[in-house]
Amino acid sequence: MSATMSANPFPLGKDELLQAYRTMRTIREFEERLHVDFAKGDIPGFVHLYAGEEACATGIMMHLNDNDRIASTHRGHGHCIAKGVDVHAMMAEIYGRSTGACRGKGGSMHIADLSKGMMGANGILGAGAPLICGAALAAKVRGDRGVGITFVGDGASNQGTFLESLNLAAVWNLPVVFVVENNGYAESTAMEWAVSCDSYVDRATGFGMPGVTVDGTDFFAVYEAAGEIIRRARDGGGPALLECNMVRFYGHFEGDAQTYRAKGELESIRASRDCLTILSERVIEAGVIGRDELQAVDREVGALIEDAVRAAKAAPLPVAEDLLRDVYVAY
Amino acid sequence: MSRKISMKQAINEALDLEMRRDPTVIVMGEDIVGGTGAHGEDDAWGGVLGVTKGLYAKHGNRLMDTPLSESAYIGAAIGAAACGLRPVAELMFLDFMGVCFDQIFNQAAKFRYMFGGKAETPVVIRGMIGAGFRAAAQHSQMLTPLFTHIPGLKVVCPSNAYDAKGLLIQSIRDNDPVIFCEHKNLYGLECEVPAESYAIPFGEANVLRDGDDVTIVSYGLTVHRAMEAATALAKDGTEAEVIDLRTLSPIDWDTIIESVERTGRLVVVDEAHPRCNLATDIAAFVGQNAFGALKAGVQMVTAPHTPVPFAPTLEDLYIPSADSIAVAARRTLAPGGQSPRIAA
Amino acid sequence: MLNERIKPIVMPKWGLSMSEGKVTGWLKRPGSAISIGDELLEVETDKITNVVEAGETGVLRRVLGEPGTVYPVKALIAVLAEPDVPDDDIDAFISAYAAPASEDDGEAEAGPQYHTAETPAGTLRYAKRGEGGPAVLLVHGFGGDLDNWLFTIDALAENATVYALDLPGHGQSTKQVADPSLTGLSQAVLGFLDTVGVERAHLVGHSMGGAVSMRTALDAPGRVASLSLIASAGLGEQIDHGYIQGFVGATSRRDLKPVLETLFADRGLVSRKLVDDLLKYKRLDGVDDALRALSASLFADGRQTGVLAGQIAAQIADAGLPTLVVWGEEDRVIPAAHASALADTAQVAVIPGAGHMVQMEAAGKVNALLKEHIGKAS
Repeated sequence: MSATMSANPFPLGKDELLQAYRTMRTIREFEERLHVDFAKGDIPGFVHLYAGEEACATGIMMHLNDNDRIASTHRGHGHCIAKGVDVHAMMAEIYGRSTGACRGKGGSMHIADLSKGMMGANGILGAGAPLICGAALAAKVRGDRGVGITFVGDGASNQGTFLESLNLAAVWNLPVVFVVENNGYAESTAMEWAVSCDSYVDRATGFGMPGVTVDGTDFFAVYEAAGEIIRRARDGGGPALLECNMVRFYGHFEGDAQTYRAKGELESIRASRDCLTILSERVIEAGVIGRDELQAVDREVGALIEDAVRAAKAAPLPVAEDLLRDVYVAY
Repeated sequence: MSRKISMKQAINEALDLEMRRDPTVIVMGEDIVGGTGAHGEDDAWGGVLGVTKGLYAKHGNRLMDTPLSESAYIGAAIGAAACGLRPVAELMFLDFMGVCFDQIFNQAAKFRYMFGGKAETPVVIRGMIGAGFRAAAQHSQMLTPLFTHIPGLKVVCPSNAYDAKGLLIQSIRDNDPVIFCEHKNLYGLECEVPAESYAIPFGEANVLRDGDDVTIVSYGLTVHRAMEAATALAKDGTEAEVIDLRTLSPIDWDTIIESVERTGRLVVVDEAHPRCNLATDIAAFVGQNAFGALKAGVQMVTAPHTPVPFAPTLEDLYIPSADSIAVAARRTLAPGGQSPRIAA
Repeated sequence: MLNERIKPIVMPKWGLSMSEGKVTGWLKRPGSAISIGDELLEVETDKITNVVEAGETGVLRRVLGEPGTVYPVKALIAVLAEPDVPDDDIDAFISAYAAPASEDDGEAEAGPQYHTAETPAGTLRYAKRGEGGPAVLLVHGFGGDLDNWLFTIDALAENATVYALDLPGHGQSTKQVADPSLTGLSQAVLGFLDTVGVERAHLVGHSMGGAVSMRTALDAPGRVASLSLIASAGLGEQIDHGYIQGFVGATSRRDLKPVLETLFADRGLVSRKLVDDLLKYKRLDGVDDALRALSASLFADGRQTGVLAGQIAAQIADAGLPTLVVWGEEDRVIPAAHASALADTAQVAVIPGAGHMVQMEAAGKVNALLKEHIGKAS
């Protein structure tokens, strides 16, 4: 089928492109499976799904290593997967199992894996921004060329913590990239109404740092813009802001009827702004990767997620002793 | 070698010694260098009351002035702690906790539990507490009960220079987040302090005075009022045992219970407001665990349920006095040991 | 004119930091005939409670110190006189008795209480009392410091130049213990004597300090004029390992107090201040390492590793090294039976009613033995 492969016009080799696709597909499959299983009542609490936004996490995280830190949001599954957190541990966590990434103590909104540089999803909107300034400060003090990336939605971009952090990072010249994941909605409230400036680039300029706006459904656009500002931060050039304009395929949380959306809006974005489809079409069209190869990835990812769910459901629940464990290192 | 220094000097010395010992210790806060970016002296202030004065000359950029931006820099200290540094962030007046409390109680305090025991956040947040400085309602509160309430935080409140140095060194070496409360009216108080480094373990109260008649428990400034009260009581032949908690979380229940089991009488003194404070906490604990030992109702001496007033006449009334502590102690010794109902 | 037949009894000054003491109770009634060494009263300081013994004879004519009352050091608390001295003379003596000099004056007069010496083993703190006469060096035990001699140093200083040092790892000396063996500590002692310019000294060692003193006498016989071994280590294998482990491990007042009570026959002697001072020492950086290194070297597996009894007995016999062995009969740390190791070669005194800290608990008796021994050996 892909008998005639063309010269690769992309900034990434075929293996890396396949890896990017695999990451995005893993996030999508993970979230869609949660969507189904949550509706069945299998999962405690509530979950916020990242489906539709995969290109952003993946395009950024491909520039990072385990020594780089990220601070995530309540909608953190995609950031976790792209940063290399184990999918089985994530699924078990979401199911509240003792084999979970946080031994069942955190749940969907608090998945963390510090060994991977993932400083936690966060239930407090905007709270990750000061924390990532600290992570970047630690990297700067150590001189290890590490960078810190913090994600906020368009909603949390109005938080004082976020705005204060822009200023602090600029004043201290920290290697931080502030990523605004602008999916148009703060829960149910429109970004266009709630954010007072016309462009996040203006907001960045106001804090004395460069700002870049990209189409967050275009993996390559994200990848290239992030690459430049992450390199700049790593080299001591200071912080920057990256706005990714993107779409949310599901509600704010599972169970959200999304009646605040315009009629046909969801169908339209799913049809025309699906970042996975956009990436697939481009690499296939360019003749770099064959559709069969992507389908093979799809099958592997499907099996992985299936196995993660099976393992999570079979895993032990935390027991009474776990209730009082790990409040302190020592008390 | 031991010599007399003030609590302010003891805190400065603890920071200096720990920065010398451990290169991961950094110190940040508003004006703690006190001149960054201005055209005069680099470290003109060394803290708003000069607590960190002189450290910049010794440790340079490991002391960092911050923008006036508590959420950002307290959060940054916490984030840096989760990434291997041991930051000491000065919040100047702990009343300012109001603008950055999320970073402390939703982030730092919860990381370890919420992340399944896989995080360590060795951050110290130090700042001034307490009334008596004519600083009015937003620069004089204790707030210690608020911090003590939060699982994951440790809360320290020294009453003298010796304890301040040893507890601050322990706070910096400790692997959990610590709120280090410095009563501003104790900064000038001097006592014998070794020049060497030493760490005082948390959760160990100090018994400042032995007595078999009544136990007085307090912390911070009011420890000294309790000692004055004990001296007055001794003139009447009543020997009070005075316990300085030193750390509020963890708290040394054993020392309190052992003392009450011996004396049968308890006065708890807290400069914080009267509801849900250390006094109510200790009274309840003793009521539950040593009821049989009590010969009289537990007496609580606290500040009133009001903000801290500005006018000196009012502020002096606000802080628990030695007299009010002695009166409370005598009430436990009165026949029946009951008190008239006191309006909160 | 004060009558020389009237003898004041004053609040004693025990150790270097005592400024006042509380009379807790009289052991003799007014009118009692008093001999030297009789126990007159108990005095409580912030560190320890001790008995005041009579230094002179007479009848206890007046008791002025009220039980439960605190008096400054040198305050008149009783009067001794012969029965034929008229009451009026005694009243006149009391009313004319000079108020004690203030603490500051005393200190200015005597110079600083503590000194430091830069020795090959590091900075060592020491105290020096008395002038002239033979040189005496007091060597404390494991975990102790020169204040263990607070009832000893001034008594001996009446006829000697007395030094008391903090060994490396102890008190306010360096916390570095380069060589945690008896040889290492003995080298530190010799280095100290070199630094303060003492060629030959009478060594008085308590517990581990006794073993260090013996090691010094074996390694540098010319430097040691006599040995006084008080509840000494090094005379047998047995030691209360629970005490050693408890002392090393304790980090709180609650843990440490029962451990320290092992040191005394009368557990009530362990005051809050004594415990607090030791805790303050134990919290200093380096102390825990020093104590662990010493206990691993000297008391491994719950036995004393450096038993020198045979060697020192030979040394005493061969070189005529005058040696005194003192023990508290109720010693719970090192058994008094160890005194028998030198029964044939040394003067041995086992004091009833005293524990491991016999020099504190029976200070009068121990001081008398030490003075006599050092006097004879000089």
